[in-house]
Amino acid sequence: MKAFLLALVALAAITVGVNLILVAIDFSAKEAWASTGNVRLDD
Amino acid sequence: MLRFFAVFVLVCGLLTPALAQESVVNPRAETGGAQTLDDIMRRQSQQKVDDEFRRSETGDPEAAAPITAPLGTRGGQSISDMWRGLRYDTADVSTQSRGPASTTLIQDGGMWWLKFREGPLLIYGAALLGGTLLLLALFYLIRGRIRIQGEKTGRTITRFSGLERFGHWLLASSFIILGLTGLISLFGRKVLIPAFGHDAFSTLAIATKWLHNNVSWAFMIALVIIFLFWVAHNIPNRTDLVWLSKGGGIIGSGHPPAEKFNAGQKIIFWSVIILGTSISVSGLSLLFPFEFNMFGATFAKLNDWGITGLVGLEPLHYPLTPQEEMQYAQLWHAIVSLVLTAIIFAHIYIGSVGMEGAFEAMGTGEVEEQWAREHHSLWVEEVQEAEVHQSKEA
Repeated sequence: MKAFLLALVALAAITVGVNLILVAIDFSAKEAWASTGNVRLDD
Repeated sequence: MLRFFAVFVLVCGLLTPALAQESVVNPRAETGGAQTLDDIMRRQSQQKVDDEFRRSETGDPEAAAPITAPLGTRGGQSISDMWRGLRYDTADVSTQSRGPASTTLIQDGGMWWLKFREGPLLIYGAALLGGTLLLLALFYLIRGRIRIQGEKTGRTITRFSGLERFGHWLLASSFIILGLTGLISLFGRKVLIPAFGHDAFSTLAIATKWLHNNVSWAFMIALVIIFLFWVAHNIPNRTDLVWLSKGGGIIGSGHPPAEKFNAGQKIIFWSVIILGTSISVSGLSLLFPFEFNMFGATFAKLNDWGITGLVGLEPLHYPLTPQEEMQYAQLWHAIVSLVLTAIIFAHIYIGSVGMEGAFEAMGTGEVEEQWAREHHSLWVEEVQEAEVHQSKEA
């Protein structure tokens, strides 16, 4: 049972942790579409 | 003169069928090359329409009349020509957005995906999962719970270590969350919105998407963990053939010999590894849209090797637009996930209600010795030999 509970804790930690990392490095699908860096206004 | 007239009538009479044949060869002659009523009717009845006749009709700015000539200001490309160019993705499009798929303004090939996703995928997916549950329920009614046949010894053997069970439960719990959230995403529009309305589903869909995207990493990590732990025990060998020939004990009497993992468990293991990896890769492609284009390259290879021809299919569509890559990835992800879910239903059944003593293997890690002798006789011998060897060394 301990292994099961530890797995649930790890699952929550990985889920939240990965999300925080991806948000922190600005790696999201939205960035590919909506960031100003992907818009050209000069040509 | 009369003779010449007779020859003229004869020649005309002979030419008429040839001209008629010409109009059959070019059925769009009567519309001046545009689509015919037959094309429209076929499209409306969801039949395939050969649109090659207009795919290339996208105008030619170079061939435009000089601006000083009559109607020269129209240029060499009409508005219809321009829209055809956009529709068939041949127009030279320049957009402010630099996104990978931003230059595909009309994705003509997307409708079949939408229809397939809303129709057959849901119907056959529900039939697969429902049918599997039904078969398992029938099996339970006919066969009942597989009991430990011999007398219980009261002694236990350690079947899985804490780390192994941790890897298993990390994979299992993430798979269940991914399965549920995946089904909500897949069936949401057709089933949940009509039942609960848009507002309620919107909240659910946002939470579902967040969970599905982020829990997927735990699944991928757990997949690597269980692969490393158990791959050595899951290499197929002759014992598996014997086990399979006896249907794992269903055919004939007694239990066929098995090592730590029997052939059925090995099938589950490799299904999880292969299908799980495939789901992970297609999931990553969906998680980071347009970053991994796998299907176009695969289709090109299959066409080059002539594999599609060997199975009687036409060459696969190539090159694919970025949107098509995502559509194929979505379908692949959903179909393989549904297949794996059906397999996991069987795994959950046999590991819980289907067999006495099986759950303890993953619950506490300790199994009844008699259970182990019946289901994994060769493994018990190995464990006991190792124990004897260790005690001698000590």
